[in-house]
Amino acid sequence: MIVELGSFALVLAFALSIAQVALSAAGRLRGSAALTGAGEGAAAGAFVGIAAAFAALIHAFVTSDFSVANVAANSHTAQPLFYKFTAAWGSHEGSMLLWCLALTGYGSVVALTGRGLPWKLKASTVMVQGCLGVLFIGYTVFASNPLLRVAMPPVEGASLNPLLQDPFFAIHPPFLYSGYVGMSVVFSLGVAALIEGRVDAAWARWVRPWSLVAWSLLTIGITLGSFWSYYVLGWGGWWAWDPVENASFMPWLAATALLHSATVTEKRGAMAAWTVFLALMAFTFSMLGAFLVRSGILTSVHAFALEPKRGILLLDILGIAAGSGFALFAWRAPKLPPGGLFAPISRESALLLNNLFLSAATVAVLFGTLYPLIAQAAFGAAVSVGPPYFNLVFGSLMGAVLLILPIGPLMAWKRGELVGVLQRLWWAALAAVVVGALVYAFHEPRKAFAGAGVALGVWLIGGTLTELAERARVGRTSTGEAMRRLRALPRGAWGMTFAHIGLGVFLLGAAIDGTGKVETAKVVAVGDQINAGGGYRLSLDSVGVVDGPNYQAERGTLTVTRNGAPICTATPERRFYPAGGQTTSKVALCLRGVSDVYVVFGERRMGASGTPGWLVRVFWNPWARMIFLGPLLMALGGGISLSDRRLRIGLPRRAAEAAGAAALGPAE
Amino acid sequence: MRIGALLVVLAALACLAAAETPADQLPNAVQEAHARALFKEIRCVVCQNESIDDSDAEVAGNLRQAVRAQVAEGRNDQEIKAYLVQRYGEFILLRPTFSAGNAVLWLGPFLIVLAGAGVLILRARGASAPEARLSDAEEAKLRELNDF
Repeated sequence: MIVELGSFALVLAFALSIAQVALSAAGRLRGSAALTGAGEGAAAGAFVGIAAAFAALIHAFVTSDFSVANVAANSHTAQPLFYKFTAAWGSHEGSMLLWCLALTGYGSVVALTGRGLPWKLKASTVMVQGCLGVLFIGYTVFASNPLLRVAMPPVEGASLNPLLQDPFFAIHPPFLYSGYVGMSVVFSLGVAALIEGRVDAAWARWVRPWSLVAWSLLTIGITLGSFWSYYVLGWGGWWAWDPVENASFMPWLAATALLHSATVTEKRGAMAAWTVFLALMAFTFSMLGAFLVRSGILTSVHAFALEPKRGILLLDILGIAAGSGFALFAWRAPKLPPGGLFAPISRESALLLNNLFLSAATVAVLFGTLYPLIAQAAFGAAVSVGPPYFNLVFGSLMGAVLLILPIGPLMAWKRGELVGVLQRLWWAALAAVVVGALVYAFHEPRKAFAGAGVALGVWLIGGTLTELAERARVGRTSTGEAMRRLRALPRGAWGMTFAHIGLGVFLLGAAIDGTGKVETAKVVAVGDQINAGGGYRLSLDSVGVVDGPNYQAERGTLTVTRNGAPICTATPERRFYPAGGQTTSKVALCLRGVSDVYVVFGERRMGASGTPGWLVRVFWNPWARMIFLGPLLMALGGGISLSDRRLRIGLPRRAAEAAGAAALGPAE
Repeated sequence: MRIGALLVVLAALACLAAAETPADQLPNAVQEAHARALFKEIRCVVCQNESIDDSDAEVAGNLRQAVRAQVAEGRNDQEIKAYLVQRYGEFILLRPTFSAGNAVLWLGPFLIVLAGAGVLILRARGASAPEARLSDAEEAKLRELNDF
C-alpha cells in the first residue's frame, strides 16, 4: 500500500512539475503575482511528492519488501539495516529518484526563499527549474520507476553489491548528487537571465551562493568517493582517471571556473556572458556525467548502475536541456550589455586567465574521456586514453593555473601592478623553490614531479598567507591592530584563504604520495614478517574466521613495528558474501600522522619456500591523508564563504537592490 | 539485465586489487622497476578500465610476465610497446600514440589556450585603455560590496 502511495506521489510530482512550468510561464507573461505564486507552490508540491515517493522506497527497502523489483534486486534480509537504507540509492532507479529529490528540493528552496530576486527573473528561474523537473521526473516515472512491483516476489533478495556496503559509499552519493543537481539552480538562473536579457551584478550575486553550495557539496562528494575507492578497492591509489571519476570531476572544474568568473561579474559587471556560459556548462557536465555513468557507453571500474537502453533516453534529456540552453545563449548572449573595462594587468585579467586555463583543463578531461568513442566513430580505431595522458596534459594546464593563483588575489581591480605584487610574493617564491629543491634532493625515489608538486604547493600556501598578511597589514602595524583587522575580514575572504590553502595541502599530499608510494607483496604464514616501505615491519600474528552479519571473513592480525617499537595492530579482512557469491577486501589502515600503512589481506597461496600462506600486500602511502584533507579544507572554505552576512538569506534583497541600482547607472 | 549487471560486477571484481605476485619479480631491481613503470602504461585488455599493474586478471598476469621477459632481454620501451600493439592493437596503450590521428587529442586543449589568449589580446587592443584608478562611484560600490 505504501509503495502504491509512493508511486502515486511520484506521478503527482510529475504533474505538479508540469503545472510549475505552465503557471510560472503564464504568470511571467501576464505579470500576475497570483499565477507565479501558484507556480512556486507547485514547485514546493513537487518536492513533497518526490520526498513521499522516496520515503516509500526507503520503507520498502527497510522492510525488505521483495515484491518491489528494485528491492529484490538490490537488498537482502541479512543486510545490516544501515545498508538496507542506503541500498535505496545503490541502483540506477533509486539513484535517479535521489537525483529528482535533490532537483525538486533545490527548486522549492528557490521558489520559497528567493524573495530578493527581481520577480520576472524569479518566475523564469522557477519555470526553467520546472522544465528540468518535468524531464527528469518524467524519465523516472516512465522509464526508471523504482517502485514497480513484480508479479512473483522472490523469497530472498539478490543483495546490494558488497563493494557498496561501506559507510563512505553510503554517504557519498547524497553529497555528490546534491552537488551535481545544485548546478541546476545555476543553470536555471542562467537561462532565466538570458530570457530576461539582463545579466548584472544583482544576478551574479544570486548565482554565487548557489554555485558555492553546489561546489562545496560536490567537493565533499568527490572526496568521499575518492576515499572510498582508496580503502575499499584495495589498490592503494585514490584516483584513476576513470570515466566515472572524470564525469564527477568535469562539473567540479566548470563550477570552480564559474565561482571565479561570477566574482568578476558581481564586483565589476564584466565577463557577464562568459559567466552565463559557465552557469549553463556546469549543469550540462552534471547531466553528461549522469549519462556517461549510467549508459555503459564507456567502460569503467565503477560500473554498477548501468543500462544501455535507458542511456539513450538520458542522452535525449541532455540534448534537450543543454541544447535549448545553449541555443538561447547563442541567440541572446551577443545582445547582453558589455561590462566594465579593465586593464590587461588587473585582478579581472588574472581571473580571466584562471578561467582560460581551467576551461582548457576541463576540455582535456572531456576529450580524454570521450576520445575512445570519437576515434571509434571517426576512424574505427580502438584507442585507450589512460592516466599517462591525463597526468601530462591536465597536469601541465593546471600547473599554469596554480602558478598564477597567488598573484590574482593580490592584484587590484581594474588596473593592477605586476611588479609590486611579485615583490610582495618574493618570499613565497623563494620558500617554494628551496623546499622544492630539498624534496628533489632528498625524497626517495628522486623524481622531478615530487619537487615540482611540493614547490607549487608551498607557493600556493605561502602566497595565500601573504595575501592574508597584506590584508591585516602584519609587520606594518601593531600585532593587536593586525589581529583586529584579521577578525574584521569578511567571511568571503576567509573562505578563499581556506580554499586556496586546501588546494596547496592537496598538492603536497598528491606529490609526495604519488612519488613516494612503496608497495610490498609477500606470501606469509603465521609468524612470518614483511619489510614494508617507510621502515615499517609487519608480522602476521594470527589468522581467524569472523562471522559478519551477511558475510564471512578471514581476518589477519598483523603487528606493525618500526625500529622494533610496536606502532599498531592491523586487522585486514577478506570477506565473502554468500548472497551474491562475491569476495571483497577490507583494507586495514594504520594512520601515522598524515601517512598511511595500508594493509590488504589476500587469498591463500603457496609461498616461495613451499609452505602455504596468505598473500599480504602492504602499501606505504606517505602524506596520503593530505590528499583528502585538502579538498575538505576547500569545502570548508566554501561553507565559510556562504556564511558571509551578505550571502545570508534575506540580506541579499537589500544588497541586490543597491547593486541593481548601481548596475543601472553608466557601465563605468 | 540482472545477469548482465552481475557479470559486469564479477568481471570488475576479478580485475580489482593490485597484483604483484612476489615470486614472479625480476631478480634485477632496476629491471623490475623498469617493468613496473611500463605496467602502468599497458591496459588490461579484459578488465573494465585498469592497467596491468592494478589488475588481478589472468591475462594481466600473462602480460606482466611477457613484459618482464622482454625487459630482462634488454629491449627498450618502444620495442616492447610495438610488440604489444602488434598483438593487441593500439587499444592496449593507456598513453595514446602521438600520431596525426591523435593530434586533436594531444594538442586540442593547448590550442584552446592559444585561441583564447588570441581573442583576449585582440579584445584588449580594440578596447580603449581604461582610467588608471577606480572612479569615486566605483570605489563606493566596491565598499558597498564589502570587498572579497
